[in-house]
Amino acid sequence: MLAVFEASAAAPTSKPALANREMAIHALNRLAFGPRPGDVDRVVSFGVPAWIDEQLAPERIPDGAVESSLERFPTLAMTTEKLWEKFEKPIREARQEKKNGVNGVLDEQAMVPYENRPRRIVEELTEARILRAVRSERQLNEVLVDFWMNHFNVFAGKGLDRIFLTSFERDVVRPRIWGKFEDLLLATAKSPAMLFYLDNAQSAAEPDHRAQRPLRLARFLGEGMAPTRANGNGPGGLNENYARELMELHTLGVDGGYTQKDVTELARVLTGWSIVRPEQGTGFVFRAPLHDIATKTVLGVSFPFGGGIEEGEKMIRILANHPATARHIALKLCRRFVADEPPVDLVERVAKRFLDTGGDLRETVRTVVTSPEFSDPRYYRAKIKSPFEYVISAVRAIGATTDDALPIARQLGQMGEPLYLCQPPTGYSDAAEAWVNTGALVARLNFALQLAGNRLPGTWSKAESLLPPDTATDPRASANALSCALVGEELSPATRAILEKRIDAEAGENARVPLIAGLILGSPEFQRQ
Amino acid sequence: MFLKSSGLALVAGGFLPRVFVRMAGAATLPAPNRKVLVAVFQRGAVDGLNVVVPHGEKTYYDARPSIAVPRPGSGEGAVLDLDGFFGLHPALAPVLPYFQDRSAAFVHAAGSPDSTRSHFDAQDFMESGTPGQKATADGFLCRAIAQKKVDSCSPLRAVSLTPALPRILAGSAGAVSMNSLAGFGVRAGAASAAVSNSFESMYEDAVAGALGGAAKESFEAARILKSADPASIAPDNGAAYPAGAFGNALKQIAQLIKADVGLEVAFTDVGGWDTHAGEGGSEGQLSNRLREYGAAIAAFATDMGSRMADVTLVTMSEFGRTVKENGNRGTDHGHANVMLVLGGGVRGGRVYGRWPGLDSSHLYENRDLAVTTDFRDVFAEILAKRMGIENLTPVFPGHNLNAKRSLGILA
Repeated sequence: MLAVFEASAAAPTSKPALANREMAIHALNRLAFGPRPGDVDRVVSFGVPAWIDEQLAPERIPDGAVESSLERFPTLAMTTEKLWEKFEKPIREARQEKKNGVNGVLDEQAMVPYENRPRRIVEELTEARILRAVRSERQLNEVLVDFWMNHFNVFAGKGLDRIFLTSFERDVVRPRIWGKFEDLLLATAKSPAMLFYLDNAQSAAEPDHRAQRPLRLARFLGEGMAPTRANGNGPGGLNENYARELMELHTLGVDGGYTQKDVTELARVLTGWSIVRPEQGTGFVFRAPLHDIATKTVLGVSFPFGGGIEEGEKMIRILANHPATARHIALKLCRRFVADEPPVDLVERVAKRFLDTGGDLRETVRTVVTSPEFSDPRYYRAKIKSPFEYVISAVRAIGATTDDALPIARQLGQMGEPLYLCQPPTGYSDAAEAWVNTGALVARLNFALQLAGNRLPGTWSKAESLLPPDTATDPRASANALSCALVGEELSPATRAILEKRIDAEAGENARVPLIAGLILGSPEFQRQ
Repeated sequence: MFLKSSGLALVAGGFLPRVFVRMAGAATLPAPNRKVLVAVFQRGAVDGLNVVVPHGEKTYYDARPSIAVPRPGSGEGAVLDLDGFFGLHPALAPVLPYFQDRSAAFVHAAGSPDSTRSHFDAQDFMESGTPGQKATADGFLCRAIAQKKVDSCSPLRAVSLTPALPRILAGSAGAVSMNSLAGFGVRAGAASAAVSNSFESMYEDAVAGALGGAAKESFEAARILKSADPASIAPDNGAAYPAGAFGNALKQIAQLIKADVGLEVAFTDVGGWDTHAGEGGSEGQLSNRLREYGAAIAAFATDMGSRMADVTLVTMSEFGRTVKENGNRGTDHGHANVMLVLGGGVRGGRVYGRWPGLDSSHLYENRDLAVTTDFRDVFAEILAKRMGIENLTPVFPGHNLNAKRSLGILA
């Protein structure tokens, strides 16, 4: 083990190829949320390529333990209808009673028991995401769930999205991230979560572009949400929000070669794509009477007079398989797995693979993570962890157990990445510059100290358990051993000197080992992956 | 009457804005003399028509039979007249002296041109500074800091007194958010200082790379806060902040300004304005919220004393509320609203903006007060005249920044 690191430290400018152990650390940092105690050894003996192969087929990895541990979160398995019944109705009824002045009700929140308050839904989603990231054996799957939930970001703070998100993650995103991109895209396009978040549910054709049916009849037949102008009164009109983000963020990319006219025409193609009122069942509905039946052209594709839902389905499949989309998705995957500024050649190869396989996401990801660029030593520990990656990797590294992940979720909020609460449709960034800021770094350091000091409520860590028996009595040796256990390599001379100073000052203190572990988890080395 | 009750008859006699009173008597200006912008977001859409009441408009009273604030001079709970047409909600009495001594102005019928009536979208648009554009990644105050000539290299140039960094300061400008000044920094019990030093040394090393800058600022910020100890600075001039998060936030902003830690932009927010039911007129939910809000702002101005000459406080809210009251003695989501601008350089004592009127023919979408002043124009004037930002195009991309549209709120 020592020899490996001597080799890597000897040539800082032109780095030799990654040794086997470094490769295992690198793969665990990028394709997983970092190594747990013992993981590096296991991946080395299993073989890094074989481990990557295994992670690319998560359906074959048994993961029953984590899934059964999530059974205590009842909302995860509930339908949207059930969530409406259990969480939205009580608060709405309480609010109505408050409005009517029934029994002197002052606070509608107080009338609804804690376990029926809507915030429970997002809390359970958040806990489940954290616990899966920490414990799941299907690590690459969880990394990709994080990637796609950000790519198709939905903000839980926008009205009914808090009851739509559970199904969005469980039924729309998770089942499709290893399939064809067009299937994933189309499923998000028809999801109540996205239709509500980006307002397409409210978008309707201008009256003279609608089929000749009385509006009342249209509403009756549609059984959908009455289209309204931006939550106000009066008949709704065209809403371009979703059409714009569909091209800018979900498919072509901001420089993908579309015009404002394409945005408007795509919005017209998607008119009538709406949602059933939650009290009537929830789900996607195409409300033909509100669809724009006039002729339209998007990106040169013409739609003749009189079309319906098939226009949007066709256009979404075209967008999904567009070369600009291939480049956009390839760039984002390479940024996630390889480098903030990935090599252009790699992005081109990945984009080509995406197009050649009809947008097969498993093959596209495989191309990224088995590329020579992925294991280029220049990218070893070159990426800064996002707050989510940082927090989860620290919990895993120290081998902590968690039975209440909400304190961890709150810390993520302090670092700027509260899960499910990203307001803009961009999702959270995969590039370092978004995360390197003053208040957030202090939050990271305090998290490290709390976690290692066993002061984080709901999570238990015992840094001493990471030490080999022979180091327990030698403080300086223990610092080095902790570093090997947590970061995967020996301390740099500079860091070692700093820690030794601290160790000498804390001599005889019982809290010494947790404190040193906290310093290592807060160190610049551990911020990187 | 108000001057008497606030004990500042002297100011009225001399026609001097109160913010200059202490300065005039002082031997020297406070050394840094740095301009500070304090932005306050009233989240939830405050009912601007009941904050600065158009009491000269009969339609207002017709539209709000149970929640209108009575005309000036009609006894207890009446509007406090500002200019014969507009008047202040009586719960805002503590703010009135600042309007009368011309250090405070209002801008009515101001807001975002976007038509959305979603709190989420409207706040998002107002904070990103790009109404209608959802994909803007950063906030406009962040972009403003990036454009501003650097007065200080302080890591505390931009501070948000909120639990998390708000959208308006999101981005690469290095804004810091904190709930309390006292709690910022590395916390490790008795060993906090030593542990903080260890971290600092680690991050000085080359291995920190891109993290080095943020780390340097973090430790500097913590050190500055520790040595300046702003949290220990007591309110001056007998200022009494009301209990509650908003008063506490303004109190801490005042402490940061007085501690001279290099603050240039401060932000905080205050909620509780979404008065769909039981809003009330002179008394009720809105009145209760305004009482705390007005007391906090007045306490802040009192506390700042002569330093207020360097400070511009501005308030905003995502949209206004319907002209007509609804069936629950409240109001629903509307369009235009009112903004308060208070501090040095303000040509106060006036309600700015073109008043579109409340007749149905002049309403936005037949129901709401129309926007005649874009909120970006109000901020553009403040950022240009007070913060010295010459190029505002990157701050408000896509917005036609026409200097002629400037309302002349500031000297």
